Amino acid sequence: MLGMQLKAIWSYRGFIWGSLQRDFQTRYRKSVLGSLWAVLNPLATILIYTVIFSQLMKARLPGTNDTMAYSIYLCSGVLTWGFFAEIINRSQTVFIENANMIKKLNFPRICLPMIVVGNAAVSFAISFGLFICFLAVLGKFPGWVMMGLVVVLVIQVVFAMGFGIILGILNVFFRDIGQAVGIILQFWFWFTPIIYPISILPPSIQSLIRLNPMVSVISAYQSILVYGNWPDWLSLAPTTVIAALACLLAFHLYKKRSSEMVDEL
Amino acid sequence: MSILRLNNLGKAYKQYPNHWSRLAEWCMPGSRPLHHLFWALQNIHFHVSAGETIGIVGMNGAGKSTLLKIIAGTTQLTTGSMEIVGRVSALLELGMGFHPEFTGRQNVVMAGQLFGFPSEEIQRLLPEIEDFADIGDYIDQPVRTYSSGMQMRLAFAVATAKRPDILIIDEALSVGDSHFQHKSFRRIRTFREEGTTLLLVSHDRGAIQSICDRVIVLHEGKIVKEGPPEEAMDFYHALLSARDVKLIRQERQAYGQVQTTSGRGDVTVIEINLLNPEGKPIEAAETGTPVTLEIKAQVNTTVPEMVMGFLIKDRFGQIMYGINSHRLGITIQHLSAGDLVIGHFQFEMNLGKGNYTISTGVSGQESHLADNYEWRDGSLVFSVYNTKKPDFVGSASLEATLTIQQASPQQTFSPL
Repeated sequence: MLGMQLKAIWSYRGFIWGSLQRDFQTRYRKSVLGSLWAVLNPLATILIYTVIFSQLMKARLPGTNDTMAYSIYLCSGVLTWGFFAEIINRSQTVFIENANMIKKLNFPRICLPMIVVGNAAVSFAISFGLFICFLAVLGKFPGWVMMGLVVVLVIQVVFAMGFGIILGILNVFFRDIGQAVGIILQFWFWFTPIIYPISILPPSIQSLIRLNPMVSVISAYQSILVYGNWPDWLSLAPTTVIAALACLLAFHLYKKRSSEMVDEL
Repeated sequence: MSILRLNNLGKAYKQYPNHWSRLAEWCMPGSRPLHHLFWALQNIHFHVSAGETIGIVGMNGAGKSTLLKIIAGTTQLTTGSMEIVGRVSALLELGMGFHPEFTGRQNVVMAGQLFGFPSEEIQRLLPEIEDFADIGDYIDQPVRTYSSGMQMRLAFAVATAKRPDILIIDEALSVGDSHFQHKSFRRIRTFREEGTTLLLVSHDRGAIQSICDRVIVLHEGKIVKEGPPEEAMDFYHALLSARDVKLIRQERQAYGQVQTTSGRGDVTVIEINLLNPEGKPIEAAETGTPVTLEIKAQVNTTVPEMVMGFLIKDRFGQIMYGINSHRLGITIQHLSAGDLVIGHFQFEMNLGKGNYTISTGVSGQESHLADNYEWRDGSLVFSVYNTKKPDFVGSASLEATLTIQQASPQQTFSPL
C-alpha cells in the first residue's frame, strides 16, 4: 500500500519538481528585488533575534558567558521550528487550495503535500544556509557533528509531513481543523524550549514538557549548533517512532479517504 | 472492440445530517452508518467502441458531469465496474484545473507533467499548443487575467495536443468564437477518423446531432434512453416537457420514423394529414404550392382552454417553422370529454427539396413546456420536391429574382 503510493510519487516526480520551480518563480515574479526576498526574510529573522535578545537585552544562556551563544541558540530553534510549522500549516490547506485541480485532473493527490514539503525545504535551505554562513563568519561552525543535523532534520520532516497530511485530509471534512491548527502551533511553539532553555523550568514541569515530541528534536539542533555536541540519540527514539507512525497513519487515511475527499471538495 | 465499458456503474455521495454525525461515525468503529446515500448515478451500463462519438444529454442534476468525472478518473465509482483501454483526456466544466497565478505557459507545462508526458515531449508540443490556442502574448501572463474564452482555448489546445484514445468534452464547445469552434471541430473530426472516442455533453441539439453516432439520455441518475441522435433527442425534448419518463412513449412507425409522444394525455392527437388543395392526403409536396395540415385531436377530459400547434423540422432536427393557434389569434375553449377538435393550418410549402418531419403539440398554455397535454415528435414525414421553380440550395424558398446591369469601363459607371 505504501509502496504503491511511493511509486506514484516517483512517477510524478516531473510534476513535483516542476511545481517547485513554478512556485518559486511565481512567488517573486512581480517583485523588483525578485528572489532576493527569499534571502532578506530569513536575514531579518536572524538579525532580530541576534540584536534584540543578545545585544539589547544582553540575555545570556545559563552556563555560558558568550552573548553570541544565545543568538545561536535562538536561531537554531526558531529556523528549524519555522520549517516544521510551515510544512504543517501549508499541508493542512493543500487539498482545499488545490480543489480546482483535484476535481478536474486525474493524478495522485499525494503529490501535493510532497510539493509543500519541497517548497518549505527550499525556503529552509536558504535561511539555514545564511545561518551557517553567519556561524562560519563567527568561527563557530560546529564541524563534523553537522552530519547528525541531517539525520534529525529527516526525522522532523517525516513527522511534519505525516502530521500535515493527516490534518490536510481531516480539514477537507472538518474545516475546524484549519482554525485550530493556528492556535495549537502557537502553544506548541511556547511549550517547546526554543526561546528559553529548558533548565529554567521547575523539574516537575520539565519532565512533563519532555513528553512533547518536538523537545528532543529542537534540543538536538541546539546541542549540535550551540555546543558542537552529537545529539542524544536515545531521546530522539520516541519521536522517530511517532514520526513513522504519523506517516503510516497519513498514508492509510489517504488511501481510505481520498475518493471521499474529492466528493467533498 | 469496446474501448470503454461501464458495467452497472453507480455513484453515491454520503450525506450526513450534520458534521457531528460524520465525526461520530469515523470515531466509533462498528457503529451503524449515520449517513444516507444519495445516488447520483445508478445502473449505468454501456459500451463504447473506438472512434464512436457519444452524446450525453440530460437536465441539470441528471448526473452527466458525475459520469464524465468517473470516466475521467477524478471521481471514484461506488458500485459496478469500469474498463478503459488507452489514454483519457478530459475538459471538465470548462477548464483544465489551471492554476490562476501561473502563466499560461507554466500551466501548459504543468498539465503536460500531470499527463505524464516526458519533458522533451512537452517542449516539442508547446509551440503547437501556443499556435492552436492563438492567445498571443497572453501565454506569458497569469491565467487569472484570461477571459473565459481564452482559458477555454488554451484548455482545449492542451487537452488535444496529443491524440487521446478517449476525449471527454463537457459543455466546452459552446465557448469561444466561431472561428475557434470550427478549428476545434476540425481537430475532433480528425481524431475521430484516427480512432478517438468522443464523449460529449452539450445542450446544443445541432452539435449533438451533427457529430454524434449515438446519444444517451440521463434522467435522475439513470439511462432512460440510448439510441440514434434524432430519436434520443426527441425523447430528451419530450422529457423536458413531461419531466416524467413514464409519460413518454416511443414507437417505430411503418414508415421507419420513430414517433415520440409525451404529456398528460388530456387531449390526444389521433390523426394528422397533409392535404393538397383538393383535400387529398399527400406525402410529398411541390415547392411553393399551397397545402393544408389537418390535425384531429380527441379530448379526453374537461379542458378549459387548448392551444394547438405544429413544428416542421428538417432531417437534422433543425426547426424550419412552427406556429400555434394562440399566435394565430384563435382561442379554443370549453372542451369536454369526447369532443373532437379538427384544425386546418393552411400555408404555402416554401421549403427546399428534402425530407421533413412534423411535430404536433396540444397544451393548456402557449408553451408546451407547461401544461402539456400531448407533444408528439415525428408524427408525420413528408418530402418536398421542386420541379417547377428554379433549382436552389437550402431549405428556405426565398424566390429570388435577378436583374443584371452590364457596363464597359469606357462608359460612365458609378462605383458606389
